[in-house]
This record gives sequence, structure tokens and C-alpha cells, in this order.
Amino acid sequence: MADLSYSFAGIKTPNPFWLASAPPTDKEYNVVRAFEAGWGGVVWKTLGEDPPVVNVSSRYGAVNYNGQRMMGFNNIELITDRPLQINLDEITRVKKDWPDRAVIVSLMVPCEEEPWRDILKKVEDTGADGVELNFGCPHGMSERGMGSAVGQVPDYVQMVTEWCKKHTEMPVIVKLTPNITDVRQSARAAVRGGADAVSLINTINSIVNIDLDVMAPTPTVDGKGAHGGYCGPAVKPIALNMVAEIARDPECKDILISGIGGISDWRDAAEFISLGCGTVQVCTAAMHYGFKIVDDMNTGLSNWMDSKGYNVIDDFRGLATPNVTDWNQLNMNYDIKARINQDLCIKCGLCHISCEDTSHQAITASRINGERRYEVVDKECVGCNLCMLACPVDNCITMEQMDNGKPYMNWNEDPRNPFSTAAE
Amino acid sequence: MSDIAFGRLSEDELEENFADMYPPLDAKTAGIEASRCYFCYDAPCIEACPTGINIPNFIRKIATANYRGSAIDILDENVMGGACARVCPTEVLCEEACVRTAQEGKPVTIGKLQRFATDWLMETGEQPYSQGAPTGKKVAIVGAGPAGLAAAHRLSQQGHDCEVFEAMPKSGGLNEYGIAAYKVPDNFAQKEVDFILGVGGITVHNGKKLGTDVHLADLRKDFDAVFIGSGLGSVQALGLDGEHLDGLHNAVDFISDVRQTGNMAELPVGRRVVVIGGGSTAIDIAVKKKKLGAEDVTLVYRRGPSDMSATSVEQKFAQNNNVRIKHWMQPKAIKTEGDRVTGVEFEYTRLDENGRLFGTGETVIVEADMVFKAIGQVFIPDPVRHEASALELNNAKIVVDENYATSLDGVFAGGDCIDGNIGLTVAAVQDGKLAAAAIGSYLADK
Ligand SMILES: Cc1cc2nc3c(=O)[nH]c(=O)nc-3n(C[C@H](O)[C@H](O)[C@H](O)COP(=O)(O)OP(=O)(O)OC[C@H]3O[C@@H](n4cnc5c(N)ncnc54)[C@H](O)[C@@H]3O)c2cc1C
Ligand SMILES: Cc1cc2nc3c(=O)[nH]c(=O)nc-3n(C[C@H](O)[C@H](O)[C@H](O)COP(=O)(O)O)c2cc1C
Ligand code: SF4
Ligand code: SF4
Ligand code: SF4
Repeated sequence: MADLSYSFAGIKTPNPFWLASAPPTDKEYNVVRAFEAGWGGVVWKTLGEDPPVVNVSSRYGAVNYNGQRMMGFNNIELITDRPLQINLDEITRVKKDWPDRAVIVSLMVPCEEEPWRDILKKVEDTGADGVELNFGCPHGMSERGMGSAVGQVPDYVQMVTEWCKKHTEMPVIVKLTPNITDVRQSARAAVRGGADAVSLINTINSIVNIDLDVMAPTPTVDGKGAHGGYCGPAVKPIALNMVAEIARDPECKDILISGIGGISDWRDAAEFISLGCGTVQVCTAAMHYGFKIVDDMNTGLSNWMDSKGYNVIDDFRGLATPNVTDWNQLNMNYDIKARINQDLCIKCGLCHISCEDTSHQAITASRINGERRYEVVDKECVGCNLCMLACPVDNCITMEQMDNGKPYMNWNEDPRNPFSTAAE
Repeated sequence: MSDIAFGRLSEDELEENFADMYPPLDAKTAGIEASRCYFCYDAPCIEACPTGINIPNFIRKIATANYRGSAIDILDENVMGGACARVCPTEVLCEEACVRTAQEGKPVTIGKLQRFATDWLMETGEQPYSQGAPTGKKVAIVGAGPAGLAAAHRLSQQGHDCEVFEAMPKSGGLNEYGIAAYKVPDNFAQKEVDFILGVGGITVHNGKKLGTDVHLADLRKDFDAVFIGSGLGSVQALGLDGEHLDGLHNAVDFISDVRQTGNMAELPVGRRVVVIGGGSTAIDIAVKKKKLGAEDVTLVYRRGPSDMSATSVEQKFAQNNNVRIKHWMQPKAIKTEGDRVTGVEFEYTRLDENGRLFGTGETVIVEADMVFKAIGQVFIPDPVRHEASALELNNAKIVVDENYATSLDGVFAGGDCIDGNIGLTVAAVQDGKLAAAAIGSYLADK
């Protein structure tokens, strides 16, 4: 059976599944339940200076899709609203009671060296395994000059990381905000500052819905709403891309990554790990279904690794990274065509209408003795995949590679490219 | 000894047995079911609906909570969309054609969704239709059943005034007097009639029968056009002795009693019941008897299961209600004791090499306290065969051309009474709708 344990920047964890810094990790009660359920670690809900923040009532909003709840989730909560000492005492107890689990403490204090130094000392005294610097929170805290207000300025990221490295021996993980144009800038800053790892993504600036009766965003607080942080399954593609950008950036120098964003099951986790993540963090899925989802994550990942012959996480960690490339490196001579399996086809016509109305008019609709028939016109098919994606029957439409005998040729080498660098 | 009794079941048992056959969907389940629809291009379900409702469109609107838009999509094509949602044999119509039937044997439940949307609109109390700008033309309509009402609804929207002559005290046709009670509970048929008449411009004269109270020749004189949607009237005879005995009944009469009674416990129920026939009427009466507390209900049909006009879903429904179905037997004689029925003698049947049915000579007696004939109804031609205004018939039904025009100028017909109609509510509505369009062009040219 596969060994799921990992040593992440020196932090030992029995499995790569951590709960992200959020309500599930806000207090001892929750964290103990999470450990009982089998989570490998937690990033404690972000601590700040006393007096603690105060939250509003009506805090969460969601995007449902086709009856499926919480495809996307957002919140306007702040960092922990409990006194610092209570949190520190609980962290101390939890770490003592659960020595084999990873306990990381998320921190957010004003952008001055003093407060960071002070809080780091206090966290060290709890016996916690490491700290995560919350440079991501996109609402409330950023308006007070913290969270993403820091994360959006690479120089600040570097400066605060340096302070932290100076004042503690604990591993320092820098949590990045996705609310920037190029996540590599802040990741590079963290690397320059000496970070042991980065974690991403935090939540994305968002308004999930407008309540058309109230004419205000949700969650609505007494008729008004503020932008909140978006997360859940809907953000996974954005998170994967940002992780990949860092994983393949030479200036990020193979920095360790803890992947976050829309992870709900073992497969999501495996995808993040295949892009180089050593651990993954989960928030929304746990808030939706409770802690017991980790059972599927543990057994699912283990079963899949066994089936692939991977013994330890590092056996497949980062295997997909080299295959993430730039568009101009793709093979222009690669040619695929849609193939319809007429025996599986149920005649819904979606392949035809999607291609006909919005793509390349490459699937004809006809009747043969009254029977509907949909057929691909190879000459028109550009191999875009749209029909395959729209078809409701699994494996009914497949994309077949044409053997055109042509060698690999990327856009830089393509004679159709006016700036082609191909040798004449 | 015959055993016919009243109130075999308690009030609670009866109420449970005659409650809605399929409870309605709530908004959440409707939304989830609607999202199962693929929104097909050239959707096969549309073609399979006799009224051609744009099914993917109305279902998508349920998914987006545009319930009003959804209901209008349905009602524009089929003003009895509410009744049809409840009574259509969807398993041989839209849902059979649904691509998800081919894919996984589980169609989108189009009927239930249609009911959800139409119920929603009717519950708002809104009347989305109104009479068109008056044309000054008048159309007489015979029969306030699905065909007649559908025609009137369209004609009124065209601006014509409609007068409906209906023999029965209530309107709705077989929706009111025929269709199984568990399909249309809560007085739905009358609510729908009111909704349809709400368009305005339609006057219904109940208790006015063509051939007795009004005559075709007069209607032709007094109106600019006539539409006949009088359905089928009489029940086919078995051709046996003793057809007028106590204990021998026409299924449709009894079904009508069930629909009209205020108290189910007042209906007579035999301990042992035999039903003769193979269509939905036979299924309805057999199931009703069981639901009313009969101990033993046997449905006898002279051919095999696949020959029955009742769909396989209907047959299973009867069997699930503990109705025993016997095939390949035809009635030979009614057994009696004095004036009372005691059973039916059946002869076994088979097919010869040419596929013709013949009796084997072997017989069996099935004991019964009540026997129901459900072997189909026939059109009563008398009212339309008066010398001066006789309509051409074929297969003992009215002949119409592709524009629903009969052999007499200005007289149109549709629904069960015309030759070639398939005998479903939805088909009658379509006839009424198309005939109205044809009448409209006829009046415009006149
Ligand atoms: C027992 C039974 C169960 C059925 N179940 C189903 C079902 O589940 N699903 C389904 O789709 N279909 C079912 N049908 C068939 C369906 O009811 C008919 O196809 C449909 O009602 C036909 O509509 P129509 O308007 O042509 O005729 P009808 O509904 O018969 O309406 C004709 C109207 O004309 C009136 N009328 C008749 N003669 C005269 C006259 N001389 N003068 C004035 N008025 C007259 C009648 O009183 C009646 O109101 C069932 C039929 C029966 C008998
Ligand atoms: C209600 C809520 C509160 C959160 N609070 C914090 C926080 O205090 N500190 C932090 O670093 N991230 C916080 N996050 C972000 C999560 O840790 C995580 O980065 C994000 O939700 C993406 O993961 P997911 O898609 O699994 O939810 C919060 C998220 C939610 C939903
Ligand atoms: S791959 Fe794209 S272009 Fe080709 S048939 Fe499918 S939809 Fe049309
Ligand atoms: S989308 Fe798939 S199932 Fe539908 S018609 Fe095309 S090939 Fe057939
Ligand atoms: S055939 Fe089925 S899936 Fe397709 S549009 Fe009709 S109801 Fe929807």
C-alpha cells in the first residue's frame, strides 16, 4: 500500500491532506474532530493582534449549478474573532495531544517588524510545526492594510518574509493571493525573502450573486453587500494554473508548494500534486460535507497510487509540470478529427448544433429513412473538441489522431508565422 | 350467489386509493429533473408530442425558474397542457422518444415537468389569453370536450364569437366523465375548463344536445361555421345474449359515476369482478374496482399482451394493483341465475396461419358478481345524418380532409369522432387547434 506521509519543509504529516486556514480550523473543538476523522494537518485559522476582529451576521454566499449546491462559495469573514491567548492555549494543547499531525499557524498582523516578531515568539511557544503568512485575505483585512494589501505588493511580501525568517526557526509558508495579474511576482518575492514554501490560492475577489429583489449582492447584510472571497470547486482551474506557473518558473527555484483551491476529493489532490505540490489544503469541501470526506481522499489517493505503482508522494509529484508549456511550444502539425460512434449515439444533436452555430459547420444533420444521423465532415473539422465536450454520452465522440507524417513543428518554426524563426 | 355491496372500504382507505396517482414535483425536484434535459437539437420528443410542444424550451425555462415562460410555451401549443400532463400515455409519446430513454432507459419526466409549469401558472390565477379583435363572425361548436374547447379557445383568440352546445350538464368531455379519477383528482377538469373559457368570447350551453335540442341544419344557417367535436357516444355491444342484465355494465358509465359521485362508498362493488377489453378503459375500470375494495378482479382480453391497446406501463400498473390479466380468451356467454349475472363463459382463442383469431372450442367459466364491458365506444351518427345535412362517414366516423373540413361546406370536425383519430386527449386538442386555424382561413375567405 502506498505511503501517503510527507515531509513538507521539514513538517511531518501522515498524509498530504490539510485543512486550510478557515472556520474548520478556528478552534480546538473543530481541529480535534478533524484529526479524529483522519486529516493529516491543519493550518490554524489566521491569528491577529488583540483586540480580536468582529464579524458581521450573514457571511457566506454561494453559486449553485443545476441543483448542485456550492459549486462556488464566498465569504466576507475576517480572521479569527477570538482572543489571541485562547487560540494559543488551544494550539498548545492540540499539538501536545496530536504529535503526529501537522499544526501550522496562520498569521496576519500589521506590516511592521515588531508585531510580526512578537507574535512569532508566542506561536513558537505553542510547539506548532510552522507558520503560514496570510497575504491573501481579499476583504476587510486588506482595507486595514493587511492580507492581500500586502500580498499584492511583491516588495512587502519579501520584506515581511525576511522579518519572519529572521525571528523564527519555524518553517515559513507564504500564502499567496490570486488577486494579482502575475502570481509569479509575489512567489518570486517570497523566494527572495527566504520562504520555505508557498501556499495558494487564497480566495478571489468576488460577488457571487445579486439578489434581484433586494438589488444587492449576496451575502446581504441589512440590504448591502461587500465583495467577498471566492473559493470552492469553481476556482480549481484558476488555482491549478497559478500553481503550474510557479512550479515551472525558474526564478521560483522549485519552491515547495501547498496547493489550495477547490480541492474536494483525492483526484483533485492528485492533480495538484502532479503539478509539484507536496501537500494540499481544503476548506469549502469540508465546510459543505464535514470532515469525513478525508476518508475518500486517503483511500482514493492510496488506491490510485497503488494502481499506478507509485509508492510515495514524490514518485508522482511534479510529473505533469514539464508538460505544462507555452502555447508557442505546441505542435502545429498535430491533427485530430472528431469520430462519432453511431452505436452509442442517442441523437440529441448537440454535436451538430454546437459546431453548426458556434464553430466550424463540421457535423451534418440528416435523416435517413426518418432516422436522425449526425456525421463529421473531416474537411471542415479543426479538431477543437467542442462536440466531444458537449456530447452527453461518454466515449460517444472521440478525437482521433490523423497520421499526416509531419514532424513536430511549433509556431516559432511555422512558415505561416510572419515572425517565424524557422531555417529557410 | 351474487355478492355486490356498498362501502367495502373505509373512507380513509378510499381517500388514499383515489389520491393523486403521481404526486406533483416541488420546485426543487422540478429544477433538478429539468436539468436532466439535454436541450436537444431537432429534439425527438417534440416530434412525438401530438401537439408539438417545444419541450426542450419549456423544460429549460423550468431550470431557470422562468415558470411563466415555460407554461406559456406549453399552453400556446396545447391549452389542455395541464390535463395532458396528467393523462397522456407519455411512455408511448414524448418520453418514449426522449434521448435519455435510448441512453439509460430513464427519460426526462416530461409529463411531470409539464404539470409543474402549468399548475404553477394556474395557481397564480393569471389569465394569459384574451379574445382577439372582434371579427363579427360566429362559430358553433358541438361538444365541450378537449376537441371542442381547444377549437373554441383558438377561434376566440382570432376574434370570432363561439357558442358551444354540450349535451351534458358539465363541460370537459371525457376529461370530466371518462378519465380515471386518480389521474385528475381535485376537480382539475373543471378548473381547466374555467381557465380555457377565461379567454372570453365563448358561451357554453350545457344540456343542449345536437339532434335533439339543436340541429345541424340550423347551426349551418345561424353560424358562419360549425365545428363538431362530439366524441364517441355509445358503447360497442358484445353481441351476446343477456347484455341488459343486472350486474352487466358499460365500463364508461361506471367510470363516469366514479368521477361524478361525491361519496365513493355509495358505489356498488362486486366481490368478484370481470372486465372484458384491452384498452385503457379496461385498465381504468379494473384498477378502480380494486381500489374500491373488490376482492378479485380479472381482466380478460382476446389476444396477447402486445396486442392490447393499453401500454405496457398501463398493464403493469394494473398488475401492481393486483388486477389479474388473462389473455387469449373471448366471451362466449353470460352466465345467469334469474336476472343476475353469475359469471362469464370464455372460449380460448388462438391465431391461425394467416394470423386470424379463432376460438378453439375449449371454454372456461369465470365467476363474477359484476361484469364490465370495455371493448371500445362507437360514434353515434344520428345527429349528423339528418337528410338535409348528412355528413359523410367512414369506419362509422366522420370523414374530414386535411383541413378538418367535412363533406358539408362550413362544417368542420375533430377529436374522437373523426375517422383516423387515435383516441387520446392530446390528439383531440391538436385536432381542435388545427381545425380552428382552418376555420379561420375559411372565414377569412368567406
Ligand atoms: C374511460 C376512458 C379513459 C380514457 N383515458 C385516457 C387517458 O388516460 N389518456 C388519454 O389521453 N385519453 C384517454 N381517453 C381518451 C380521451 O378521453 C378522448 O380521446 C378525448 O376525450 C376525446 O376528446 P373529444 O373532445 O374528441 O371527445 P369527448 O371527450 O368525448 O367530448 C365530446 C363531448 O361532446 C359531447 N357530446 C356528445 N354528443 C353530443 C351531442 N349530440 N350534442 C352535444 N354534445 C355532445 C359529450 O358530452 C362530450 O362532452 C380515455 C377515454 C375513456 C373512455
Ligand atoms: C469562510 C472562510 C474563511 C476563510 N478565512 C481564511 C483565513 O482566515 N485565513 C486564510 O489564510 N484563508 C482563509 N480562507 C481561505 C481558505 O483558507 C482557502 O484558501 C480558500 O477557501 C480556497 O480553498 P477551498 O476552495 O478549498 O475553499 C477562508 C475561506 C473561507 C471560505
Ligand atoms: S472537433 Fe470542433 S470542429 Fe470538429 S466536429 Fe467537433 S466541434 Fe466541429
Ligand atoms: S452529441 Fe453525441 S449523442 Fe448527441 S447526436 Fe452527437 S454524437 Fe450523438
Ligand atoms: S429528447 Fe429528452 S433530453 Fe432531449 S430535449 Fe426532449 S426531453 Fe430533453
